[in-house]
Amino acid sequence: MRFLLIEDSEALASAVVERLHLDGHVVDHAGDLATAWDYVATTDYDLILLDIMLPDGDGRSFLERHRSADASTPVIVLTARSEVSDRVGLLDLGADDYMVKPIDFSELEARCRAVLRRRGGEARNLITLGNLGFDSLAGTLKIGGETVQLRTRELRLFEVFINAPGQIFSKSALVDRLFSYDEDPSENAIEVYVGRLRRRLAGSDVGITTVRGLGYKLEQT
Amino acid sequence: MSAPARQDPVSQGSIRRRLLLVQLAGAAALAVLLYFVVLSVTRQVAQQSQDNVLAASALSILGSARVSGGEIVIDLPYSALSMLDSVTDERVFYAIWLGDEFLSGYQDLPRPQRPGEAQPAFLEAAFLGAQVRIAAVERPFSTDLGNEQLSVSVAQTLTGRDQTMARISRVALGVGAGFFALSAVLALIVAQSTIRPLNRLTGAVSRRGPRDLRPVSAPVPSEMVPLVASLNSFMKRLETSLSRSEDFIAEAAHRVRTPLAIVRTQAEIVQRRVRDEDTRNAVREMIHAVDESSRTAGQLLDHAMVVFRLDDLACEPVDLPALVRETVSQVGVLSEMRDIDLILGRMEDAVVEGDAILLQNALRNLLDNAIKYCPPLAEVTVSVRNDGNEICLQVSDTGPGFPEGGKRRLVQRFSRGDNVSGVVGSGLGLTIVEDVTVAHGGRFTIDNNDGGGACARLFFPAS
Repeated sequence: MRFLLIEDSEALASAVVERLHLDGHVVDHAGDLATAWDYVATTDYDLILLDIMLPDGDGRSFLERHRSADASTPVIVLTARSEVSDRVGLLDLGADDYMVKPIDFSELEARCRAVLRRRGGEARNLITLGNLGFDSLAGTLKIGGETVQLRTRELRLFEVFINAPGQIFSKSALVDRLFSYDEDPSENAIEVYVGRLRRRLAGSDVGITTVRGLGYKLEQT
Repeated sequence: MSAPARQDPVSQGSIRRRLLLVQLAGAAALAVLLYFVVLSVTRQVAQQSQDNVLAASALSILGSARVSGGEIVIDLPYSALSMLDSVTDERVFYAIWLGDEFLSGYQDLPRPQRPGEAQPAFLEAAFLGAQVRIAAVERPFSTDLGNEQLSVSVAQTLTGRDQTMARISRVALGVGAGFFALSAVLALIVAQSTIRPLNRLTGAVSRRGPRDLRPVSAPVPSEMVPLVASLNSFMKRLETSLSRSEDFIAEAAHRVRTPLAIVRTQAEIVQRRVRDEDTRNAVREMIHAVDESSRTAGQLLDHAMVVFRLDDLACEPVDLPALVRETVSQVGVLSEMRDIDLILGRMEDAVVEGDAILLQNALRNLLDNAIKYCPPLAEVTVSVRNDGNEICLQVSDTGPGFPEGGKRRLVQRFSRGDNVSGVVGSGLGLTIVEDVTVAHGGRFTIDNNDGGGACARLFFPAS
């Protein structure tokens, strides 16, 4: 996906850009509102990440102008302020969602997915592998003529595999990708989710195989 | 956490009463003085006029004395006594003396001190059972026996004068009382009108909404200008300090969260890149710690904001089901991420008077808790019930439930359940929920469901 990140803290912005790169996203960074308007005028973005406190104005004014220009690009606000005072106003101004810093990137990913799904899935990302079709936005698998709805964690686990078919992922790497950091899952939990995903994939040309002592990988059979 | 107790001002007497008392006391003193002055002046005037008549009468008797054929002849002139008689039915007495020799009249009539040639002498004395006023005059009189002083005393009873004085005294009393009554009414009016600007000011200030800190602009008497000026400057300072606390909380949040965000993001990047298990675990611990501190910081700031808003609780109708739907859609992503089903249960119409932001924060805390402490595939159900008497907002889950007997402790600040180690939490969430609920006149209960799982309920009075 293509993001526009509007954030005045250089250190934070470069970290966020790099982090989103790891998930294969393309990110442009604007340090102030003026630059942001230039980017918006010339590029189509799937999603805008907007900080509220900016050197040349309030992020709210961006929201208002963005909405009055009838732009359809969804906006997720990244706020560092107290949630109690900001929460209501931001959504009233037309933000699609907001997150409080620090950003949990798996939460950001989930929120992006939810926002795009609400918006009608313009950035639909369809992947086909053998007789398997995968819609990451809707979180569905299509096997033959049959559609299977994945739960969120199954979906995220499957995304990890399908974005790098054949690559071996250790259980601990999968724990990192699948669970948020305030949970304390055992590696057994990964076995549970791999087991569930295998059942969902039954009947397709794609399977998850165990590489003894190393982890799991996705293979086309 | 309770709002600071409001201290009632100590009342030391009432200006109105004091004003009234001082004015009434003055008026009473003046009325009494007036009474006595009127009485004494009229008494003097009456005395004077009676004395004049008596003296004139005595003089005319004295003037009619002559010697005829060696005898002293005195004609009592008619006018001399008639002028005394004319007003009332007074009894009149006289006595005529030549030197020490009694000539005519009432011998027992007391004699005033010897008058001078020009000056009549006066005396008040008891005579024949009545109080009389006596006037005496004398002049030298030549007889065969030589020169003697011929003296004439004329007396008149005082009944008439006493009656007049009694009447006048009644009138004076009436005048005094009337004066007092009039003054009392005036004093009341004065006190009332003196207090009126104060009352107007009190009304203008107390009618304001909790967040109205504009200066008082109503005109006031010049004596009250300093009071109003200091009141205005106080409100200005209060407003500055309030907005400063609000700004401070927002700024503090910004300052704390931005560096945490940088650290966390960098840590995630490192964790994705590093292959070494130990390093990855270390980074994982790091991110865990960052989350913990940012969540604690966030809740501390939230709590500060909550306390700040509770001081002046907004009071607007809040559509509870709408608020629940909005909050659930906000939190939905978080529950999805953990494969927890967040379900909207029974939603009955309910309106709570209060602060929507605070109520939402309370609900958000309950939902965050439920999502955090429940295992995957658990269900969290939110429902609103309204029996017309009480509104119940309920968050029920199928998770591990609250530790038994620990409810009081859980609601205390920084206190957490025993069964939740390993999960990020600050222990402030339930404190906020409790504070917000109580401030809205409600109560907060936590229980465990019969079939397992926790059940938190907020009860509000139905409006």
